[in-house]
Amino acid sequence: MAHIAIPEGLPGITGGFAFRPETAKPMRELAHILLHERNSLEPGERELIATYVSSQNDCYFCQTSHGAAAAAHLGDEEIVKRVKADFQHADVSDKLKALLVIAGKVQQGGKQVTSEDVQHARDLGATDLEIHDTVLIAAAFCMYNRYVDGLGTWQPHDESMYAAMGKHLAAEGYRKPSIATAEVA
Amino acid sequence: MPHIQLPEGLPGIRGAMAFRPETAKPLNDLVEVLLRGPHSLTPGERELIATYVSYLNDCYYCQTIHGAIAAASLDDNEELVKRVKADFQHADISEKLKALLVIAGKVQKDGKNVTAEDVEDARRLGATDLEIHDTVLITAAFCMFNRYVDGLATVQPRDEEMYRERGKRIARDGYAAVSKEYLAAYVTQ
Repeated sequence: MAHIAIPEGLPGITGGFAFRPETAKPMRELAHILLHERNSLEPGERELIATYVSSQNDCYFCQTSHGAAAAAHLGDEEIVKRVKADFQHADVSDKLKALLVIAGKVQQGGKQVTSEDVQHARDLGATDLEIHDTVLIAAAFCMYNRYVDGLGTWQPHDESMYAAMGKHLAAEGYRKPSIATAEVA
Repeated sequence: MPHIQLPEGLPGIRGAMAFRPETAKPLNDLVEVLLRGPHSLTPGERELIATYVSYLNDCYYCQTIHGAIAAASLDDNEELVKRVKADFQHADISEKLKALLVIAGKVQKDGKNVTAEDVEDARRLGATDLEIHDTVLITAAFCMFNRYVDGLATVQPRDEEMYRERGKRIARDGYAAVSKEYLAAYVTQ
């Protein structure tokens, strides 16, 4: 049971968003810009960063919903599992691997990122904007993950629900509630 | 030196925000609602939560600027801010705020560390669901802001007077208004 009286039937962050629409608005907007709007990193790549960080933070709802969004973008569920388990041997670009190294450090603490990590990403073609967004995506998921777990939200283990949510997020982004929310709200 | 080429002369999060005004907007909107919007917790109390979390995350810029905003919101009581960081259980704050700081300290490590007992303690001391929600989200948000500021290796000057002056201005005018001054030049580019 959630720690506070969140509207029933709303999984994960959608419950927190329904409880407090004033804070939901900028949080949705931030996710939309970071993960969905045009960027030199593909939406699937950015969802992989979000999924990896959520997995490092052990947040079931976030890693599963963003994993589903990544899979919907990339048409590949295996790659999502591989990135979570061992991204250095996943079929992703070397640039993305270098950005995932930075994301993993930010998850531990921003000061863990070294100039060598950044130089390595740059040598593999990462731009300043891509490095910035990697740091901010990792930081933002340290927020979303703590928000979802810290409220004790309902996180059903229901693969079809996450698959539907992932497709919706991949197609529509984050400004509007996802299918799952619309169905139960 | 910052890890990427941030606009010069803007310390801490300001340089990062000026680098990427698109994400600066929701970040400022979020902090404005959480720390300054109408609320049963005073701005000073909410700034103390933000300061405490930033201190636990060892982010110099964030703990110093939010500590300064907290002090400016609490009759310039800088001693109280120091006390909350060092040992809030013996600081001169309400028992309810102490219970909320316990929750904040748990969320800083991992959301799953918060127990039903922690929440029940806070509720017994008068905390509402909204206050508990916002304590969790303020903490979570500062786990983001702190990582953003440190993860880019932003410039964080050791200049107490700068933070004090800026803290007073933000306490008076708010985040959204003050951020417009330094973001305007970059948004129009």
